[in-house]
Amino acid sequence: MAYSNKVVDHYENPRNVGGFDKTDDGVGTGLVGAPACGDVMKLQIKVSPEGIIEDAKFKTFGCGSAIASSSLVTEWVKGKSLDEAQGIKNTQIAEHLALPPVKIHCSVLAEDAIKAAINDYRQKAASRPASEAKTEEVV
Amino acid sequence: MNDFAGFATKHTRAANSAVPIYLDYQATTPTDPRVVEAMLPYFTEKFGNPHSRNHRFGWDAEEGVAQARHQVASIIGANEKEIIFTSGATESNNLAIKGVARFYKDKKRHIITCVTEHKCVLDSARHLELEGFRVTYLPVQKNGLIDLDLLRSSIADDTVLVSIMAVNNEIGVIQPLAEIGRICREKKVFFHTDGAQAVGKIPLDVEAMQIDLMSISGHKIYGPKGIGALFVRRRPRVRLEAIISGGGQERGMRSGTLPTPLCVGLGEACRIAQEEMGAEAERLHALRTRFLDKITEQLPEVYVNGDLQNRIPGNLNLSFAYVEGEGLMMGIKDLAVSSGSACTSASLEPSYVLRALGVEEELAHTSLRIGMGRFTTEAEVDYAVDRIVGEVRRLRSMSPLWEMAQEGIDIKSIKWAAH
Repeated sequence: MAYSNKVVDHYENPRNVGGFDKTDDGVGTGLVGAPACGDVMKLQIKVSPEGIIEDAKFKTFGCGSAIASSSLVTEWVKGKSLDEAQGIKNTQIAEHLALPPVKIHCSVLAEDAIKAAINDYRQKAASRPASEAKTEEVV
Repeated sequence: MNDFAGFATKHTRAANSAVPIYLDYQATTPTDPRVVEAMLPYFTEKFGNPHSRNHRFGWDAEEGVAQARHQVASIIGANEKEIIFTSGATESNNLAIKGVARFYKDKKRHIITCVTEHKCVLDSARHLELEGFRVTYLPVQKNGLIDLDLLRSSIADDTVLVSIMAVNNEIGVIQPLAEIGRICREKKVFFHTDGAQAVGKIPLDVEAMQIDLMSISGHKIYGPKGIGALFVRRRPRVRLEAIISGGGQERGMRSGTLPTPLCVGLGEACRIAQEEMGAEAERLHALRTRFLDKITEQLPEVYVNGDLQNRIPGNLNLSFAYVEGEGLMMGIKDLAVSSGSACTSASLEPSYVLRALGVEEELAHTSLRIGMGRFTTEAEVDYAVDRIVGEVRRLRSMSPLWEMAQEGIDIKSIKWAAH
């Protein structure tokens, strides 16, 4: 299968590989996929008190398209508010990377990973005492 | 031969050239230059129809076919009258399985095969199920070999055929052919074996192994694509119903004008393989040992799929835990290998052969098949090892599963959402 130049670029020079301390209050972690299916993505976001995603990191087990999809979304979410990041659609990812139909599930997984990370962050914020949960009100 | 000087070196390129290193010899092999040379006259001056009985052109072609038939028979210890030329092992397998089952259908309605067979065998068997036959698909043990006791107990009064491959195409394991042959002969059941991956690589003798039918492929043994053969035993006689109707060539079992150049190519490929098999097996075994040792010295958590002892020397099938196979292949584009990962097939299912061994799905996704052959060199092996080690390390460093494993988290304890 021939990969698009963008997929190859992200595969060979993945952006933002790594992770944050997942116990940190400002960090949201999404872990999606399953080893048995051949794809697992871990995507983490670091959110500012103003509710802006300041930084993002990923690690992915999967094919080149899965690695590229997760690498791409770490770039896209940076600087976005949680609501904006929540709006990223798998079709945008697939279009940007020119994924063939058989690889669309990689972009779906990347979208799921963002949503899971945001969700994790929001749940953490909600479970904190009200006085500390200011960041959430801003959003 | 001089016209082809340098031909072989094209496959054994230097590590810095742009052509990938070919390590997929179970998929296909380059045609040996000696084979091409033997074929060439049969395209031009000896172009006759080998079935033309009344002129020189026909006789020349027939002579070429006869010699080829002899060479094919010789490598498996058969008589040349027992060799039917076909278009390849897929056709041979179809003809053997459907042909035998249909011929004896009035009395026998059961066949036995194995879950790790090539798709053309499994699909032929499925086809027969639709025609009302019963099929037993034997499981394999963890090492990829069938259980002989289970085979014996699966044979029923109306079993007509046992079809068990000689060598598996993905994991290279060699089934116990002589033992299977003994059981089948004792139970008076025909024994067919798909020898596509075995002929020319391991010694085969249809008499000693009591094999009744054997499928042979040209392009797996440095011969041309589009040609194969089926050995059909004459004593005790095996009968089969032809699939292709026509002029009654090949003793009525396979009509159609024989492709003389291809037949000659298959014959020459068998001759060379028979002559060089011993030394070549030793050379490949040393290369494989070197490959595996170098990999396992440098990388933890690499697993060999399938039995390492009962295996053709040129095959390795390795799982690199926590690194997805297709992702790995993308990083080693200068190596032509094959993966058991889901992503290389349209089905998105990992290899059914590895699954049949009981390899867990997550490990099946991380497998590579490395096939070494006649033109593989030690320098290529060393280069390939370096590339694989480097890429596995890089991908593990960005694998969330590797990270969890290093943190001591049991991946199986996590509730994964299947997608």
